[in-house]
Amino acid sequence: MLTAGIDIGAKTIEIVILDDGKIAFQNLTVAGYDVRESLKKAWEDIEAQSGIKLDGIKKIVATGAGRKDTIYASDTITEVSAAAKGALALNRDIRTVVDVGAEEGRAIKVDSAGKVMDFAINEKCAAGAGAFTEAMARALEVPLEELGPLSLQSTQAVPMNAQCAVFAESELVTLVHNKTPKPDMARAIHDAIADRIVSMVRRVGLEEKVMLIGGVARNIGFVTSLKRDLETEVIVPEDCEYVGAYGAALAAAGK
Amino acid sequence: MAEEYWRWTESRWTNPDLSWKDGEIVTAGVDVGSVSSQAVIMVDGRLYAYANTRTGSDSPNSAINVMNWALEETDGLSLDQVQYTVGTGYGRVNVPFAQRAITEIACHARGANFMYGPTVRTVMDMGGQDCKAIHCDEKGKVTNFLMNDKCAAGTGRGMEVFADLLNVSINEMGELSLRVEEEPPPVSSTCVVFAKSEASGLLRAGWPKEKVLAAYSSAMAHRVVSLLERIGMEEDFAITGGIAKNKGVVLRLEKELGVKALEPKYDTQIAGAVGAALFSKALVEKEKSKKK
Repeated sequence: MLTAGIDIGAKTIEIVILDDGKIAFQNLTVAGYDVRESLKKAWEDIEAQSGIKLDGIKKIVATGAGRKDTIYASDTITEVSAAAKGALALNRDIRTVVDVGAEEGRAIKVDSAGKVMDFAINEKCAAGAGAFTEAMARALEVPLEELGPLSLQSTQAVPMNAQCAVFAESELVTLVHNKTPKPDMARAIHDAIADRIVSMVRRVGLEEKVMLIGGVARNIGFVTSLKRDLETEVIVPEDCEYVGAYGAALAAAGK
Repeated sequence: MAEEYWRWTESRWTNPDLSWKDGEIVTAGVDVGSVSSQAVIMVDGRLYAYANTRTGSDSPNSAINVMNWALEETDGLSLDQVQYTVGTGYGRVNVPFAQRAITEIACHARGANFMYGPTVRTVMDMGGQDCKAIHCDEKGKVTNFLMNDKCAAGTGRGMEVFADLLNVSINEMGELSLRVEEEPPPVSSTCVVFAKSEASGLLRAGWPKEKVLAAYSSAMAHRVVSLLERIGMEEDFAITGGIAKNKGVVLRLEKELGVKALEPKYDTQIAGAVGAALFSKALVEKEKSKKK
């Protein structure tokens, strides 16, 4: 039996298709201005690449900030339950799920049965989301994918006082004026966003093991700062941006 | 180089009806903010001269520059003839020639009391990188305040981001935002970064600039109204800071509050420096009375 999960985020759409609960295919499409158009394109790509037909899928569940815009799903679940479901299916020992996307961040605490015990969400402020690193990379004139590796070359921690992304940009200009080495500024950026995420994790209470999911988990600089700040190991799954869609697909399969 | 839409007009002024030579006490107040700096010179507690400039990357230099500009066209007045200077604002400890630093909250309340009169009870200061709602008594003494300096929403920096996005000079944004026939719903995001992406979406959907600006201006007004509601709004009401010059934000703020703000008689950005100069005068008088 085929089921699918669609995760409609601010910047990307992920689709995971399961065959009897096992991942059969996954697709990532950039969410354009018109989400419905982007979804149509994603399905065309899936059909062309995998041969899986839309009408061959028994049930589709959508999640993500744009889940209400879906045209294919018969059901929706919240990002929190999708993330928890997906993370737990990947690793039964996970008790804290940290999900950092382009415009949102969340910390979720789950029990051994996979039940969500508590969660904290930030969807109001760019300082705790991928949009922050994106804006900072632009200000530093460094491609986003290079910002993480660059920060690993840092030799000293430079404090960043601003919490707001807009103010942080001005502060970055001051750091540039003071001839702060670029790797140190890159680290300061990741320390700053990690700080915001950690305060959310502390609100729900840190319990090991911790899994980090969402697109920002691809950023090695952020992962390093987060580990340092949390003082604990952080598991990053290989397909970190698909975990929400995977959770939705599992929900569609009745799991 | 790209055009700098965020650039606002710097200014200086000398009171034509006063001469510092006839006065007894010449004092100054210097407000070094994160975006703008002001120097105010007072003669016997009357406004004599001021300058209003952008803050540079270095606070001490910004303080010196703005003070020197205020001293220009003052009939030979020099810095060492100024008896006392109080520094205020974010860079208040970096005013090299100041004898004392006093917080901007205290200075703003004191300055607003002078600029708008003793009936002012609530001051909304909308600055470059922060906004403060201040409640004060008839002497301009702070009785309560609330401040947001953590987030760009509701600040001048937020407006600068929109000036760049829309390619509209910051000086013209207020007027332009009022050129809508019907008021659009406010931008829903609080965060300036998210509001900017939301606005880009609206532009792509075909909204004209003035409509986008109207939507952002009312969101900005709404943001500071929540500060004012928390502190308890009491009339008379005055708005200071750079955003007070933006009619689009001021009118929407007044509408949402159901309260008219007092009409400004001076440059709204000098309130902090005026308060600092008045504190300077009080400190000079205190020292004099000690000597007697």
